[in-house]
Amino acid sequence: MVQLTLPKNSRIKKGKTWPKPEGANNLRVFNIYRWSPDDTKNPSLDTYFVDIDNCGPMILDALIKIKTEIDPTLTFRRSCREGICGSCAMSIDGINTLACIHGIDDIKGDINIYPLPHMPVIKDLIPDLTHFYAQHASIMPWLETKSNRPAKEWKQSIEDRKKLDGLYECVMCASCSTSCPSYWWNSDKYLGPAALLHAYRWIIDSRDEATGERLGELEDPFKLYRCHTIMNCTNTCPKGLNPAKAIAEVKKMMVERSF
Amino acid sequence: MSTSKSNQRPLSPHLSVYKWQLHAITSILTRITGNALIVGVILFVSWLLAAATSDASFRAVNAIISSWFGKLILIGSLWALWYHTLAGIRHLIWDHAVWLDIRKSRLLGWSVVIGSFALTFLTVLFL
Repeated sequence: MVQLTLPKNSRIKKGKTWPKPEGANNLRVFNIYRWSPDDTKNPSLDTYFVDIDNCGPMILDALIKIKTEIDPTLTFRRSCREGICGSCAMSIDGINTLACIHGIDDIKGDINIYPLPHMPVIKDLIPDLTHFYAQHASIMPWLETKSNRPAKEWKQSIEDRKKLDGLYECVMCASCSTSCPSYWWNSDKYLGPAALLHAYRWIIDSRDEATGERLGELEDPFKLYRCHTIMNCTNTCPKGLNPAKAIAEVKKMMVERSF
Repeated sequence: MSTSKSNQRPLSPHLSVYKWQLHAITSILTRITGNALIVGVILFVSWLLAAATSDASFRAVNAIISSWFGKLILIGSLWALWYHTLAGIRHLIWDHAVWLDIRKSRLLGWSVVIGSFALTFLTVLFL
């Protein structure tokens, strides 16, 4: 359901302004969303000052610096620091992206950081992705075959393998799905761009033998067709992939198979 | 103490923090113009109905339509009609799974915006 405003317990209050580091002459302002399950307070926006001359180039570097030097309670997910694990996805400067591959220099003025949009918050910048992962599992993200198992591997021509380029690189960071207004309003029934991109990745895999069943599963007013080609997904994907195109290809296959 | 509180988890902000970009603005405008056109059509149909009913009722509705406010709604509806038509054509293109990359979709977005104003201007000029 479309609900434009936040529920009462989710409205963001003014937070704490942390002291400026001493002796720094190149400070950047970071406004960061805070919420803790350990008290009953509403979320707030805390302000931190980071000495950019003594900080790595990426947003994640600044977050780690804040956690190490200013406020150890600041909580966020991170792991690989090179855009391959998908852990540090968050809302940065009005779009969703990976903190580890988004440069501080790419943002003018104050840097505003929130958890991925329209998600239940576990703590600070950590959203609950349980439902998102369940939706991914629901599209059967594995090879389905019916013919006899070959003696060695399931073979694929170079041309057929090329069809998976731009799809297999998805790291499931959830940036696209949580950028999508359709997903905000209908994530209970609409699968969202990430799960649909993965669905298409298996639909066009030449080795997969469950294409009909896969398309049949998506033939539903919500699962697939809540995509209205708003294009937030494609524009925000930190890996430069194109979920909107993958979804359009699935819709096209739906029409083609009905003739 | 804190483990049973998952039902109180706040919802992270969405509309209030997400950056409005061309693709999203042109998308929501398609829906807005579609709905606004309903109002324009009601006014237009009541004009025709009044003309078919009586001299007095036509004069009443005609007075509303030819006032500055009525003209504003008519020109607004004209723009909305062009916008909605062009945005519809954009959807027809996208339905073939083409022109969906960032650069080309941006080009389509600007075409719809600029095209809708240009066609509205030309329509007013030649009517």
